[in-house]
Amino acid sequence: MADTVQQEPDMQARPGRLTEFWHYFRENRGAVFGLWVFAIFVAVAILADVIAPHDPTEQFRQHLLQPPFWQEGGTTAFLLGTDAVGRDMLSRLLHGARYSFYVGIVVVAVAASGGILIGLIAGFAPKWVDTIIMRVMDIILAFPSLLLALVLVAILGPSLTNAMIAIAIVLQPHYVRLTRASVMSELSKDYVTASRTTGAGLARLMFITVLPNCMSPIIVQGALSFSTAILDAAALGFLGMGAQPPTPEWGTMLAEAREFILRAWWVVTFPGLAILITVLAINLMGDGLRDALDPKLKRS
Amino acid sequence: MLKYLASRLLTFVPTFIGVTLISFAFIRMLPGDPITVMAGERGVSPERYQELMVQLGFDQPVYVQYFEYLKGIVQGDLGMSFVTKKPVWDEFFALFPATLELSLCAMIFAVGLGLPAGVIAAVNRGKFFDRALMSTALVGYSMPIFWWALLLIIVVSGWLGLTPVSGRISLMFYFPDTTGFMLIDSLLSGQKGAFSSALSHLILPTIVLGTIPLAVIARQTRSAMLEVLSEDYIRTARAKGLSPYGINGIHALRNALIPVITVIGLSVGTLLAGAILTETIFSWPGIGKWMVDSIFRRDYPVVQGGLLLIAVMVMIVNLTVDMLYGFINPKIRKR
Repeated sequence: MADTVQQEPDMQARPGRLTEFWHYFRENRGAVFGLWVFAIFVAVAILADVIAPHDPTEQFRQHLLQPPFWQEGGTTAFLLGTDAVGRDMLSRLLHGARYSFYVGIVVVAVAASGGILIGLIAGFAPKWVDTIIMRVMDIILAFPSLLLALVLVAILGPSLTNAMIAIAIVLQPHYVRLTRASVMSELSKDYVTASRTTGAGLARLMFITVLPNCMSPIIVQGALSFSTAILDAAALGFLGMGAQPPTPEWGTMLAEAREFILRAWWVVTFPGLAILITVLAINLMGDGLRDALDPKLKRS
Repeated sequence: MLKYLASRLLTFVPTFIGVTLISFAFIRMLPGDPITVMAGERGVSPERYQELMVQLGFDQPVYVQYFEYLKGIVQGDLGMSFVTKKPVWDEFFALFPATLELSLCAMIFAVGLGLPAGVIAAVNRGKFFDRALMSTALVGYSMPIFWWALLLIIVVSGWLGLTPVSGRISLMFYFPDTTGFMLIDSLLSGQKGAFSSALSHLILPTIVLGTIPLAVIARQTRSAMLEVLSEDYIRTARAKGLSPYGINGIHALRNALIPVITVIGLSVGTLLAGAILTETIFSWPGIGKWMVDSIFRRDYPVVQGGLLLIAVMVMIVNLTVDMLYGFINPKIRKR
């Protein structure tokens, strides 16, 4: 956010897209920090099996509700303490990263690919098809997202997979709206007309000519809905409608810990902290992406 | 303007029909047919099954069923709760004031802190204050509010012992529901300590529910203010020698408020989604908790009716915001 006006030296060729992007992204220190935290999160998700000191579901019956090592009664065998049935908190948290990452990737992939496709169709199709599609999206958006996700899970049955499907459905309209809006503004531009007159087919126009020019807002939305997906999945888990125990999903862990909130602060604090840090890092990154990709908002 | 109003109202109708279709389809999409679901584990005899089919109209073709359902909605008949045997409509409006009271308090909290925070951040752009406020806002925006609620309970209720953990008022007090708003009713009852009890029950849920809107409003106010502050008329005002207060508080804020009002209006959906979590954690007897409980109890008419009423409410609020927006900003009307 620090405004540093930098004079670019005259270059022979325009720098590559990625270089240019990185140049702008780097200016936002928060975003770079977010990127680092996110990288650590991804590494933890991938390496959870290797770095976790214990099995996340193994119950150490002699060590119920043991506090973290720096508190009286804690041992370094369980760095962040144990939960009510003696499972190692640290190992569960590390494995939880895996579930959250999985949720984020799958939800964003499903919601974005579906939403982009529908949005493209709405943008290119005749007016009446567009109207129908947009009305359907309005209908989905009329329901508070968490409520609709809850009801969908009630229909499908509570599980992490169904929670992901529900969240993807709920997030989809945002992609449809964004894609459609960008397509609409691109369609009137000269390069599209040029492509049309040279005989480009509909599929080529949609996916090769127009879509790449609509990607910036969609990428930003992707980052933001990654964090929304993690939050919503955790909320569903917390309400007992997401991942089921003994899955070490952060929201589910919080739900299990609820009855111990006044006795064992660590079983409540750490899973929530993990969610907060992850979501915060992704949002920081999203802000940086927006600044770097959206020329209109740049430097504001 | 009238044309704009009419076109907005026209889009309301198909959306409303769509929402009724979804809530109608909901009970029919559940695994198993509605009567088996209703009977639960006890089961029904084949004769009783037939009787119920006819009684509830499930023997009719689907479009007739949908038509009957629509007719019921228009007459305010959303069916009976399986569990309490009371009409869904009555239950909804009995619990709604609790949610409204909580949401209003949360909104007052969010606007009351978010607007000044956004203005101060924009005026001090790039300085320490701006950075600190906006970092805090981003943390608030990223907050899993169910965890935030638990943390507040641990610290404020547990360690400090300042506020109660659940409910709307201490069980020691009893007075009739006059308005449905606990703060007003407790004052009207004239009982000593009733109001402060109601207030102390409200504090934590208000903070929890208001956190995300607060962050959103602060961020939105800041960016709207920044945009306005770079306009020519602000420079003119400054050149005229207006005080900073006059410039920021009156000239700039008034125009920056337009996008902020939209954000406030649009956070009604967020509030209702947040109410689901907040009410569940604080055992707040409002519609959010009612919906979650009904989903767990498999009380499907309640889920169906509640889903419809909540969606319609969000739609009405969005429509009102849209119209207000068109009223304030003539540019929108032309589209």
